Amino acid sequence: MNYTFIALVENKPGVLNRVASLFRRRNFNIESLAVGRTENPEVSRMTVVVDCPNGDVDAHRIEANLYKLVNVIDVQDVTHQPVVTRDLALIKVRVGPERRAEVNGLAEIFRARIVDVAPDSVIVEITGTEDKIEGMIELLRPIGIVEMVRTGQISMTRGVHDGVRRMPGMESRRYEDVMEMAEMMP
Amino acid sequence: MKLKGAEIVWECLVREGVEVVFGYPGGANMPIYDAMLNYPVHHVLVRHEQGGAHMADGYARASGKVGVAMATSGPGATNLVTGIATAMMDSVPVVFITGQVAAHLIGGDAFQETDVTGITLPITKHNYLVTRAEDIAETIREAFYIAKSGRPGPVLIDICKNAQVESCEFEYPEEPVLPGYKPVTRSPKNLLDDAVKLIEKAKKPIILCGHGVIMSNAEEELMQFAVKTQTPVASTLLGLGAFPASHELSLGMMGMHGEAHTNLAIQNSDLILAFGMRFDDRVTGTLKTYAPKAKKIHIEIDPSEVHKNVFVDVPLVGDMKTVVADLIPLVDEYDHDEWKQEINGWKNEADSRSIMNWEDDGKLYVAHLIGDIWKATGGGAIVTTDVGQHQMWTAQYYQLDQPNRWITSGGAGTMGFGLPSAIGAWFAAKDQEIWAVAGDGGFQMTAAELTTAVQEGANVKVAIMNNSFLGMVRQWQEFFFEKRYSAVNMLAPDFVKLAEAHGVPAKRVTKREEVNEAIEWARSIKGPTVLEFRVEMEDAVYPMVPAGAALHEMIRRPVKA
Repeated sequence: MNYTFIALVENKPGVLNRVASLFRRRNFNIESLAVGRTENPEVSRMTVVVDCPNGDVDAHRIEANLYKLVNVIDVQDVTHQPVVTRDLALIKVRVGPERRAEVNGLAEIFRARIVDVAPDSVIVEITGTEDKIEGMIELLRPIGIVEMVRTGQISMTRGVHDGVRRMPGMESRRYEDVMEMAEMMP
Repeated sequence: MKLKGAEIVWECLVREGVEVVFGYPGGANMPIYDAMLNYPVHHVLVRHEQGGAHMADGYARASGKVGVAMATSGPGATNLVTGIATAMMDSVPVVFITGQVAAHLIGGDAFQETDVTGITLPITKHNYLVTRAEDIAETIREAFYIAKSGRPGPVLIDICKNAQVESCEFEYPEEPVLPGYKPVTRSPKNLLDDAVKLIEKAKKPIILCGHGVIMSNAEEELMQFAVKTQTPVASTLLGLGAFPASHELSLGMMGMHGEAHTNLAIQNSDLILAFGMRFDDRVTGTLKTYAPKAKKIHIEIDPSEVHKNVFVDVPLVGDMKTVVADLIPLVDEYDHDEWKQEINGWKNEADSRSIMNWEDDGKLYVAHLIGDIWKATGGGAIVTTDVGQHQMWTAQYYQLDQPNRWITSGGAGTMGFGLPSAIGAWFAAKDQEIWAVAGDGGFQMTAAELTTAVQEGANVKVAIMNNSFLGMVRQWQEFFFEKRYSAVNMLAPDFVKLAEAHGVPAKRVTKREEVNEAIEWARSIKGPTVLEFRVEMEDAVYPMVPAGAALHEMIRRPVKA
C-alpha cells in the first residue's frame, strides 16, 4: 500500500540527495517525490509517496530513518488523515483542428485547461488527485499523447488536522511548533 | 580575531579536547598541515589512510572520546572509506577531515578531485562540504556534537582548499544549532510500565547485551538490573566486556559462534530484554525460528533499529543508562532458579566438547594461545583483532571482565583492523597492555603500520595466528562447499624477518612449550613486538550456526576420543 509522508527539511545543498539516497539504501520504492520551498525560506517541504508492503511497520521505519538525517526537521505520515492531495500534469496531445473540440470537451469534464495550441498539437493542463489525472490520461491516450510531465503528488492536511508523528519525542509536535523552531535557525 | 581557515580548524580541534590526530598530508590539505605546527596536537603520520581511520577508531573505542583522522582529497579520502564504513557499522564516534580542491574547481574533474561527500554519504552519520572559511567553526562544532551524541557515528568534513587559506573572524559557537537533530534520552512511563508487566510474567528471561551498553556507560545499571531480577546476560560480539564474563549470570557470547548453552537459552527463553543491540543476522540466525516463545523488550537509542529485523513487543527508545536506571526501581526481585538450572544443564553438556580441556598433542591451537595470553595478562589487556577465525576464538577465550578493552570490527568485519586499531588504542591508554591478535591474511593488509608503531613507540604486542590459510573462508568451504578449497591457500612472507625489517623485535612459535616464554618475552619489551604462532592449519571455530540456519542448529566440535 502507498503511504504519504510530509517531510520538512533544511533548505541546504544536497538534502534532496540525502533523502533520495536513504530510500535507495534502505530498499524502499519511491512512487512520487515533490519538493519545494515553504513560507520559510530556510525550510523546504517534501511530499513523498512510498510503497509500504508491510504497512505501518514500514511507515515507522521510513519515519525513523528520515529522522536519522540531520537535515530533516519533521516528518508526518498523512496517509490516513483528512488531506488535500494534488498532482499537476501537462499533457501534449497530437491533434489537428478537426478533433480539437473533442479534446476541449474532455478537458471541460475534468476541469482541465488547454494552455497551448499549435497547428498539430495542444497542451492540456490538469490538476487533481492521482486517480483523476490517470482517468484523463486514459481518455487522451487513443487520441495520441506526444509527451507528458507530472509534478508528483503534493499533500496538505485539512483544517487543524496534523499527520501522525510516530517517533518518540515528536508525537506531540504541531506544524506551527516546527516552523517556529526553524525560525531560530541561523 | 581574524584567522585563516586552516588555523580555525586547529582552534576548534583544541577546543574539542583533541590531543592526537591520525593522518596523511597532501596537496589539498597542506594549509591545514602548515597551521598544525603552531598547535598542541600530536599528529601521527600513518602509512596508509585506512590505517589512520582504524587508529582513530581504536582510539575512540579505547578512550570513549571522539577520534580524529585526516586525509587529503581524491585517493587520500577514498582510502579512508573502509575505515569510515567500519566506524559507521559499529557506531564509533570519529571525525574525518579531508582536504578538497578549491571551491571554484569543484565539478571540473580537477587534479585529485573526488566527490567525497557523495561517496561517504551512506557510510557516515552526517557529512559536510565546506566551501568558505566562515563555515568551518560551526561545522566542526556540529560534527563533534553529532559524532558523540545519540547513537554515535562517524562524521566527515570535506574542506575546500580556498576555505583553508581564506581568513575570517573566528568565534567558536557555544551550542550547535541543529533543528532536525534531537536524540531522545528518556522513554515514557507508560512504555516502562508495559515492560515491567512483561518482566513480571517472565519465567525464562534473558538479557542480550550489546555495544549500546558500553557506548552509554551503562555497565553499572546493567549489573544492578541483572542482579535484582536474576536475569542471565548473553552478549553480542561488541557487547563483550559490558558484563563481567566471570559473573555467575554471564552466559558469554551469543550467535553464530556463540556458546551452545547461550543460544539454547535464547531459543527457549520467554522474554528477551535486548539492551543496545540490533538483532544482527549473525546473532539471530534465521528469523523464522528465532526465540519463538519470547516476548521482546528492546532498549535502543536509535528508533530506526526498533522493529527493523525483529518485531518487538515493547520498544524503549532512549539512552541505555537513563532507561535502565528508570527501569530498576520499577521491577521486583526474582530468583529464576529453575531457569538458571536449566541453562546450567546445557552448559555442562557443552563442557565435554571444550578444546580447552585438550592435552598437548604437539600442535598449536588458537584457543589455547588466547587462553595463555589471557592468563599472562590477567585478563586485563586491551585486545584488538582482525576478522575471521582468530577473532572468534579471541572473543570466546579472552574472557573480559571490564568494558572498553575489546576492540574488534563487528558489523563491517574489516580485515586489517587489528594492528592499526591497537596503535590508536595505545594513544588512549599508554599505561595499559595492548595486544593485537591477527590472522596471517588480515595482518598482511595493514602490516605497513608496523613502521608507524615504531616511529611512535607504540607499545603494542602483535600475535599473528598463522595457519597458512584464509581460515574462516576455508572453514566455510570445508563445511558448505564440500571441502573444495578455492583461493584460501596463502603464502605469507617470513613474518619474523618482516617485523625485524620494520625494526620490530619478533619471534616465531611452533610448539606449545615455547608459548608462555614467548608471551613473557614480548611483554618484557617496551615498544612493538610481533609473535608469529604457527597454528593447526585446519582447525575450525565451534560451535557454528550455519548462515540462514536456526540459532539452535549448531555444528558442534566433535568430542575428542
